Order: sequence, then C-alpha cells, then structure tokens
Amino acid sequence: MGIVIFDGVAYGMLLFLIGVGLSITMGLMNFVNLAHGSFAMVGGYAASVLMNQWGIGFGLSLVAAFVAAALVGAVLEFVFYRRLYRAHPLDQVLLSIGVVFVSIAAFTYFFGPTMQPFTLPKALEGQVSLLGLEVGRYRLFLIGCGVAVLVALLLGLGKTRYGAMVRAAVDNQRVAGGTGIHVQRLFFLTFSLGCGLAGLGGALSLGMLGLEPSFPLKYLVYFLMVVCVGGAGTVTGPFIAALLVGIVDVAGKYYLPETGAFLIYVFMIVMLLVRPNGIVAKKGLA
Amino acid sequence: MKPLSLSPAQLRGAEIAFWLALASSFFLLPDKLTLMSQIMIFGLFAVSLDMALGYAGILTVGHAAFFGAGAYAAGLLAKYGWSEPFSGLLFALAVCALLGYVLSYLVVRGADLTRLMITIGVCVLLFELANRLSGITGGTDGLQGVVIAPVLGLFDFDLYGKTAFGYAFGVVLAMFLLVRLVLRSPFGLALRGIHDSRKRMTAIGSPVEARLRMAYAMSAAVAGVAGALLAQTTQFVGIESISFNRSAEVLIILVLGGTGRLYGGLIGAIVYMLVHDWFADMNPQYWMFWLGIFLIAAVMLGRGGIMGALSRVVRTGKAR
Repeated sequence: MGIVIFDGVAYGMLLFLIGVGLSITMGLMNFVNLAHGSFAMVGGYAASVLMNQWGIGFGLSLVAAFVAAALVGAVLEFVFYRRLYRAHPLDQVLLSIGVVFVSIAAFTYFFGPTMQPFTLPKALEGQVSLLGLEVGRYRLFLIGCGVAVLVALLLGLGKTRYGAMVRAAVDNQRVAGGTGIHVQRLFFLTFSLGCGLAGLGGALSLGMLGLEPSFPLKYLVYFLMVVCVGGAGTVTGPFIAALLVGIVDVAGKYYLPETGAFLIYVFMIVMLLVRPNGIVAKKGLA
Repeated sequence: MKPLSLSPAQLRGAEIAFWLALASSFFLLPDKLTLMSQIMIFGLFAVSLDMALGYAGILTVGHAAFFGAGAYAAGLLAKYGWSEPFSGLLFALAVCALLGYVLSYLVVRGADLTRLMITIGVCVLLFELANRLSGITGGTDGLQGVVIAPVLGLFDFDLYGKTAFGYAFGVVLAMFLLVRLVLRSPFGLALRGIHDSRKRMTAIGSPVEARLRMAYAMSAAVAGVAGALLAQTTQFVGIESISFNRSAEVLIILVLGGTGRLYGGLIGAIVYMLVHDWFADMNPQYWMFWLGIFLIAAVMLGRGGIMGALSRVVRTGKAR
C-alpha cells in the first residue's frame, strides 16, 4: 500500500513536471497545444545524446534539456504559434498534430525507432529506506524535482514582476498592452518557459517512462489529463491532478492488472463531469 | 480573375456528374475497386465528422470511437449468426446513435478544451476496452470470422470487390443524401446559426444544447454506418478502426477537403486515399512526416481546404 502510493506520487511528479508547462501554454495563453510531448521529447533526446555520446553528467544534461526544448519552442513560437493565438481551436489542434507527426518522423529518422538507452547516475541508483519503506532513490529525486519546480513557479508567477506582468496579460491583453507591457514578447518568453519545463520533464522521464519517437502520442492523453483535470492555467491544479492521476494509474495497474488501464480514463471523465473547469478553476494564477 | 458562376441547375448537374464519375470507376478502374470502396467509406466517415465539427461546431478529436463501435457492432452481429447486411447496418446505426446520444451529455457541455479531452478520453477508453475484451473482439488480431450474406440475397461478396463497391456506393449515396436533407432542413439551419453565434440563437429561443446533442448523436450514427460498411465489405474489423490515429486521420481528410461543406469530406477522402495509395511503398515514417508538413501548411496558408479553394474560383448560384 505504502509503496504503491509512493510510486504513484513519483509517477505523478513526472506527469506534473511535463504537464505544468502545458498548463502554462494551454491555460494562460489559450493555445491548444497537442505538441507538448514533442517538446518533452526534444529535451529527453538532448539529455540522452549528451550523456551517452558526449559523456556529460546527469545534472548538466537536465539543464541542457531545458535549454534545448526552450530554444526549439522559441523558434516554433516565432515561426508558427504566434500567428495562431487568436485562431480557432481547430487550427491550433491541426498545427500541433502536424508538429507531432513531423517530430515523430524526424526523430525516427535520426535516432531510429528504438528506446533510448539510459543508465542511472551512481548517486540515484538503488534504494533508500524512508519511514520504514524501501523506496527508489530516483523516484525520491523525481519528487524533489517536482516540489522544487512547484515552489519555483508559485514564487516566480506569484511574487515577481515578471509573474505580475504575465497575470496582467492573461487577464486582459489589451489593458496590459496599454500599461506598457510588451505582450507579444511576454508570451514568447512564457511559451519558451513552458517548453523548457516540458524538456526537463522529458529528460527526467528517460529513467521512468523510457523515451522513443512515439512518446508525444503515447503519453499525450496523460499530459492533457493532468492539465484538464487540474484546471488549465493554474500551477497547483495540475500538481494535485498529477498526483491523483499518478496514484490512480499505479494503483489500478497494481491491484487490477486486467482492467487497471481503464481506471484512469474513467477517473478523468468523472472528474471532468464533476468539475468541468478543473479541480482548481482559473482565477488569475497560482 | 472573375469567379465563374454556377446557377442552381448547373450546380445540380455538377453534383450528378460527381456521383456518376464515382460510379463509373466501377468500369474504368476494375482493379482498384477495393480502394474505391474504402475511399467512399472514409468519405462518409468524414462527412459524419463534418456534421459534428463543421456544422455544429463541436470540436471532437475522438470520432473513431463511433466508427469503431459501428464496425464492431456490425462485425459481431454477423459473426454470431445474423449475416444479412442491411439490417447489420441498421443495427450499427442504432447502437452508435444511442452511444452518441448518451455521450453527447458529456461532450456538449463545457468549453472546447473539455470537449477535446472528453472525446479523446472516450476514444482511448473504447480502444482499451476493445483491446482487453479480446475474447469477444479478437484484441489486436482483429475480429475474424465475419461472414456477410449476399446483398439482397442476390449478390455475393466476391474477391474482386465488385459487390462491395456497388453496396458501398449505394449506401454511401443514400446516407449522403440523408445527411444533406438533415443539414438543409430547419434543423440544419439552426445548427449553422449556433455555429455563427451561439448567443444570438439562445436569445431567439433556440434550444441550443438539445440541438447540439441531436447533431452529435446523428453524426455518431453516420460514423457508425461508415464503420459497419468497412467491417462488412472487408469481412474483418481491425482494432485500429477505433484508435486515436484513425480519429486524427479523418480530421485530416475533412480539413483537406474543407470543413462545413457538404462535399468536403468526400473530396478530402478521394485525394487523401489516392495519395496514400500512391505512397503505399513509402516508409510509414515518411508518410507521417509529409502529413505533418501538410497539416502545418494547411493551417498557415490555406483556408477551407480544397472545397474552400474551389469556392473562391467558382461562385455558386445560391446566396450565402
């Protein structure tokens, strides 16, 4: 029981790390971005290549994953996304499905269809006992990362000048522009931040979900679920939702191996019925 | 360039010519009959999506749920003894109409984002269900042993797909005319009104939610018939008929042809399937790459797909 909850929480943290970026792009900027998993994949492959081929350390690779995904996100925002902020959701869906297809094909071409090899760094191998439970160090590390990102985002969006500007721009773009906020540049930065977080999550998922070119489609529903169940445009919403989703999924697969995979979809549909706008409905931010 | 204009009579002529051309492929392309049947079936599927997406404005990315449900309904009915094809179609239609109506209570409420999620969720859920209940559905191996009795008791389904072509052509034409009738009725006009301005339709007393639910259920029923047709003509149901990829594919077909236009789905299916057939030897990854490029380009450059581009060149007689 304890270990199922712990593993569920660790899994949920990973979903949170990837999903929170999507909550930012999708909820704050109202862009239905189904290509979020592609950005996560960019980060994951960047980290994997750095570690396996260039022999760079795990910590540094995580930073590089963030930077790589943020850069790719920035380029795509500049070329495609910014033209569609006010477009119909269908156009946004089509554009982002297009990006997913292209990224899957391109990564298969360059890296082959197989799963990326990954060896845990020495410090994260093995188990450690915590409150009488033997828990994996890597999972503990994931939980630490998730909490750190949560705190950083809450502080960054809630307490800093940048956060205040983002909140203003989200509430009312025209008025925010009138007060001298450069909304387009702000959205550019925010979109890149969201993609960077996805990249970080993608790199961390190397050790847990595994990374292959079909990653963006395979886990798409999970990321979307975390954001929609939690409440798009918030940070705490996806956090709570990710933990719930993680625990439900792990518990379902553990206790009901035959039917466990459904549990998560049933959970999602029930949650969306009870709270169509998510657990934490958007009121500005946080 | 001055747009060509077509009078209503000429428009009718163009429509008849379209269907005659489709029918004539029976004689002109005798070795491509299976492909032609599939094109028509996917065209019907895209038309059903158009009812929900293009006319009612319900953003759905999980329409394969109904296509697959219809295919399994017809396939299972035939496998367990009832092999008469038309009643099989009716059965699939009824099952999917019911399923669509029940789900419409989930789908119609909420914002676009919630709809997107619910439709994907339902599609994935049904996929998992079909996968797990492999005792009934055959799981990833697909549903085998589907035997369909001769159409009207006369025409046996043959290896060359002659009967399949004729049967699919007849059913698709009939369903298309039915859809056209519905969309040109006051009900269809109300849907267009809701699409243009939901607030205005609410203000003039139109039961917006009930209309949208009805449109969604009808769309589900038509998609179910398309799925059932595929199951009957191929005498097989593969699990991919209910997958998310199939949903994305039909979305692409519809967007390629043009949403919110009667012939958009059919034209899209013809172009998409022919190109797909052409590239059949291509590595699926390359195909995916070009598909993605196409989608991005379609959003960035084109508006309204092939039918949209056509309507910019040819002005039709009816007032918009």
